[in-house]
Amino acid sequence: MSKKFIYPLLPVLVATSLALSACGTAETQGTPSSVSQDASASHGASALVVGEPWVKASKDGMTGAFGILSNTTDHDITVVGATSPAAATVELHETVPGSDGTLQMRAKDGGFVIPAKGEFVLEPGASHIMLMGLKSPLAAGDDITFELHTSDGGRLSFTAPAKDFSGANENYEGSHGTDDGHGAMDPSGEASHPASPTQSK
Amino acid sequence: MKGKVVKHDGGGLQRRHLLFGGAAAGLGAVAAVGLQVVNGAEKAAVQPAAQVQHGSGKVPFYGARQAGIGTAPQAHGVFVALDLHPATTRERVRSLLKLLSDDAARLTQGKAALADTEAELAVHPARLTVTFGFGPRLVHIVAPQQAPGWLKPLPDFSIDKLVPEFSGGDLLLQICSDDPVTVAHAQRMLLKDCRSFAAVKWVQSGFRRAHGTEASGTTMRNLFGQVDGTSNAVPGGEPYEKVVWGDGAIPSWTENGTSLVIRRIRMDLDTWDELDRSGREESVGRKLGNGAPLTGVQEHDEPDFKALNPHGFPVIADFSHMRRSRPDDESQRIFRRAYNYDAAPSGGSVSESGLIFASYQADVDKQFVPIQQRLDELDLLNTWTMPIGSAVFAIPPGCQPGGFVGDGLFTGS
Ligand code: HEM
Ligand SMILES: [Cu+2]
Repeated sequence: MSKKFIYPLLPVLVATSLALSACGTAETQGTPSSVSQDASASHGASALVVGEPWVKASKDGMTGAFGILSNTTDHDITVVGATSPAAATVELHETVPGSDGTLQMRAKDGGFVIPAKGEFVLEPGASHIMLMGLKSPLAAGDDITFELHTSDGGRLSFTAPAKDFSGANENYEGSHGTDDGHGAMDPSGEASHPASPTQSK
Repeated sequence: MKGKVVKHDGGGLQRRHLLFGGAAAGLGAVAAVGLQVVNGAEKAAVQPAAQVQHGSGKVPFYGARQAGIGTAPQAHGVFVALDLHPATTRERVRSLLKLLSDDAARLTQGKAALADTEAELAVHPARLTVTFGFGPRLVHIVAPQQAPGWLKPLPDFSIDKLVPEFSGGDLLLQICSDDPVTVAHAQRMLLKDCRSFAAVKWVQSGFRRAHGTEASGTTMRNLFGQVDGTSNAVPGGEPYEKVVWGDGAIPSWTENGTSLVIRRIRMDLDTWDELDRSGREESVGRKLGNGAPLTGVQEHDEPDFKALNPHGFPVIADFSHMRRSRPDDESQRIFRRAYNYDAAPSGGSVSESGLIFASYQADVDKQFVPIQQRLDELDLLNTWTMPIGSAVFAIPPGCQPGGFVGDGLFTGS
């Protein structure tokens, strides 16, 4: 396939996805996606849209990011990894019933497959993007940037606001249930806010 | 459990609208036919199917001005005042306003907020509006140089019996909808996003007639039974523009901004009960039946303050609420958007009712205060009413997609 074909198509694909996600309100935050400026970005990532992204605010440790991954193409797209300047490690997690019956999360083998013309929902209690080793507290209202990596080498960056959230407390497989999975921030008191929100770079 | 795989369904909402429109039109036709063959109670019995649902009604969130002011008053309204945590910074206020604006933008359009744990409660906005007001402290943190002179507590009035539980506040959320469940959900969602930033100071819930009980546009009645709001300027018209959004003579503090005064006023229904009908009408200078001035016939007839009764006294008494609240100075006008409240009685009383008196005007000191001063000096209605709460907020302009309410205050550094 020649590049001549792909590049003129990019704006069209992005415009379409924006139109789809804008059927209700326009979004003020976590605006759908920004296609990576990287010239090497493949059509794989550019046809992927992240809608409704948000992150659970957390003092330290681990937390989860959620949203809707939409594939506007007619072929499946696989997200194989993610990074964020906010965390030392970012993993793609799924949630499964553990041996003791409680929900446990673990890295998803093979990544997230977003079906052609379909969506893949990331939500508390189900699949999510896991941030581990937070570099500083994520306070409610902070904007966190992410980059998703697709199997065909594509990259997609997006920004998600942190929100106070009481759920999403699944345990990490092997943590013996003592660790609090997606860390929480005590929302009532005066959370210690980082002087400057997590920077993108 | 695997990630859920869902097909694109961007057209769902539109389809529902189409269905609704079609159904309504169809039922209208049925009702029309029904009219020819049945009547009275029979008709009522066969007609419930023609019930019109209004849950999908939407008021735009984005715009030059905030919604919820010129918006025809919804049936339910809750006013929530918050105090920012100590030492809150300008950056944190920005984060809070971004979160809340995003919530409001979604909820008012019938979409769940981000991280909304009760997403199903968001689907019927029923004309939901969320209007933000800024108290003195918030403006002082964000843009002290832009704080209007009137953004401070009102002067003391002799009639006031204010309690701190209903006074002041750094941030106001006015949440209105024709559906009380929608109001409760929006309130919960917005307040969840306030937790890291602020604490609830007071909550005042109010109501008017249920949606559909009367033709829309009917002036509301307060719990004294009075038609209340007759002389309000009509949104869209020039007097309304001037009163609420300002003009050259009385400018607003910022373009497309205004001010809101909230007074919680107890209405003593027990002593009001002792008053006969003519006494009640005299207290305001208007008839209870249709709100017409005592000198007129129709609700909107102009009152004639010069007309005298056979004994030589003014028909509309000089101490009546209408006479006192209408200063001769034309610039002293306000726009009222009040809600009734009916709280749990205590101490052997059987009612604890009143008005959440919400008044919009370009300039509190030039418009609201002189009226309140006149009423403080003399107003027969004071016999049965008592202000117990008071708060003043600056209403910032609306915002555009990608922005947030109050973003204009952050442009200078
Ligand atoms: C519980 C307290 C109050 C009750 C029950 C009440 C009731 C009424 C009623 C029945 C009217 C006549 C109909 C109309 O034009 O709306 C009226 C008019 C008015 N009221 Fe009140 N009111 C109260 C408090 C206040 C306060 C605190 C203010 C302002 C400080 C105020 C200002 C006005 C004004 C400006 C008018 C219109 C006068 C005109 O015709 O130009 N009212 N009120
Ligand atoms: Cu996880």
